[in-house]
Amino acid sequence: MEKPLTQHIKPNEPPMSLNEYEKVGGYKAMQRALKELQPKDVLKIISDSNLRGRGGAGFPTGMKWSFVPMGDNAPKEKYLVCNADEMEPGTFKDRLLLEGNPHQLIEGMIIAAFAIQANKGYIFLRWAYKTAAELILKSIAEAYNAGYLGKNILGTSYSFDLYLHTSVGRYMCGEETGLLNALEGKRATPRAKPPFPQVSGLFGKPTIVNNVETLSFVPHIVNNGAEWFKKLSLTGEGGTKIYGVSGKVKNPNTWELPLGTTMREIIFEHAGGMRDGLKLKGILPGGASTDFLTEEHLDVNMDFTSVGKVGSRLGTGTLIILDDKTCPVGMLHNLEHFFAQESCGWCTPCRDGLPWVEKILLSIEEGDGRMEDLDLLAYHSKELGPGRTFCALAPGAVEPLQSSLKYFREDYEMHIKNKRCPWR
Amino acid sequence: MLKTEEQKELEEELKLVPYKKAATIEALKVVQKHRGWVSDEGIKDIAEFLEITPDEVDGVATFYNMVFRREVGRHVILLCDSVSCYILGYRKIQEEINKKLKINFGETTSDGRFTMLPIPCLGTCDHAPALMIDNDLHRDLDSDKIDSILEAYK
Ligand SMILES: Cc1cc2nc3c(=O)[nH]c(=O)nc-3n(C[C@H](O)[C@H](O)[C@H](O)COP(=O)(O)O)c2cc1C
Ligand code: SF4
Ligand code: FES
Repeated sequence: MEKPLTQHIKPNEPPMSLNEYEKVGGYKAMQRALKELQPKDVLKIISDSNLRGRGGAGFPTGMKWSFVPMGDNAPKEKYLVCNADEMEPGTFKDRLLLEGNPHQLIEGMIIAAFAIQANKGYIFLRWAYKTAAELILKSIAEAYNAGYLGKNILGTSYSFDLYLHTSVGRYMCGEETGLLNALEGKRATPRAKPPFPQVSGLFGKPTIVNNVETLSFVPHIVNNGAEWFKKLSLTGEGGTKIYGVSGKVKNPNTWELPLGTTMREIIFEHAGGMRDGLKLKGILPGGASTDFLTEEHLDVNMDFTSVGKVGSRLGTGTLIILDDKTCPVGMLHNLEHFFAQESCGWCTPCRDGLPWVEKILLSIEEGDGRMEDLDLLAYHSKELGPGRTFCALAPGAVEPLQSSLKYFREDYEMHIKNKRCPWR
Repeated sequence: MLKTEEQKELEEELKLVPYKKAATIEALKVVQKHRGWVSDEGIKDIAEFLEITPDEVDGVATFYNMVFRREVGRHVILLCDSVSCYILGYRKIQEEINKKLKINFGETTSDGRFTMLPIPCLGTCDHAPALMIDNDLHRDLDSDKIDSILEAYK
């Protein structure tokens, strides 16, 4: 089984230096792109590969890049930003790539920046990733020394400067226009779209924001071609995926597997199944902002289309497992506390609705709930859904909520009828 | 006024941005690094240096959870209170710290040694529960380990 992203990552060992990375073929794709290909050729390879963004929404990467104005009339300044904010609860996949092989990401960024002819790039990194920050700074310095970053890379006319920016916290820094505001030194509130960042982004210039995992694929696709990439997946969507599992399983961890691997294989083979004495009760397939699935969905392929068909999202591909000894209402309260706290306050439904949801859940958890509260929660699930707010935080927040009302209704009702939490 | 060291560091940052105001977050980081937290005085110093109003600086400062607008202890314990750590029992860890240090979230020990704050997911959910003290990540916590972890921070 091919594992392009993680083939050179060894657990508990420092990542490869530039020299070591070059010995295994590193920076070859970058050299080829800059010396032999035109930006439009790179764009074509990426578009043909069907690579879809790994930041959560699955937007086709080639299509995103194609919106950037090109040619002599395009703005001179353009930016490429790597989204390494990774703050969604239950998500820890980008950390693996950042700590495991920063040169792979840097190479991917140089190629991506070349394709859109951006001369400046940022890695927007979460403050908590201290080890990654050190490794990235060291790798960027090595790449400058080798002449892979800076002016006239490899003697070509192309120049690209890359900077590390570490955030000062807040989930909204991961939302791409919030991220751009943070990079400009402002509050990380999102921007109204249009204009889209591809046309008017950082400091008003065309900007592409891509996830760590997305950009890390780029050198491999340029090296091996679009057809190779498509064949990596089990279900035709293209590529591998860094999956992860957390919760009370025997072996919580991350693995690179073909996109479309079933949940059953991920949870029971790779994560070793549930800890002794526990049963699987629910699954958040792609981080905190995805709809719950249950045991009946274990044979669903973890790709964008298949998870969508059963009413949830692939999201970040990191599964959070709810076991039968953990109270689902308590878990929901914990999730909605996070979303309420991280709301940026821009839209009324999100700013006022989420704390309300949090309070209702707390009162049910404490045994003070009423049956009507379940209708209120359902009402909020609708009113905070897609299309009513500036960004996807609120719709994401109600995904686990609406699905919990569907799958764990009896548990809610038991709390209300017995006036206490059955798990306490 | 910003201290000379702070000014020097900020001058470097200013080279990377098209206009001064864009360095607001970097300025907050610099001041917090040197003073441990960002006081009203710190806000005014930054505003003066960047030629914007103190309100503009404070608007940014209060948005971000890693800018401390209140004084914190010598070491800040950031305990993850997000979902995977909830499932794996961060509350027990919180209680243990509370028992040992007599502080809850948002509080500082009377000797100024520790402040404990809740923090969203530290991105190490496969090793939940987790916490950070200063720059160090501590993972796979259980109550028994807390004593020896705290011991290292004087
Ligand atoms: C509240 C919120 C937080 C987000 N956090 C992240 C994040 O930490 N990392 C990330 O890559 N994308 C995050 N996203 C998605 C980004 O907005 C954006 O879609 C993504 O970075 C695009 O990259 P991709 O096309 O490579 O997937 C977040 C979205 C929202 C609404
Ligand atoms: S949905 Fe929430 S987080 Fe997003 S812009 Fe509106 S208030 Fe801010
Ligand atoms: S939920 Fe605690 S580290 Fe992710």
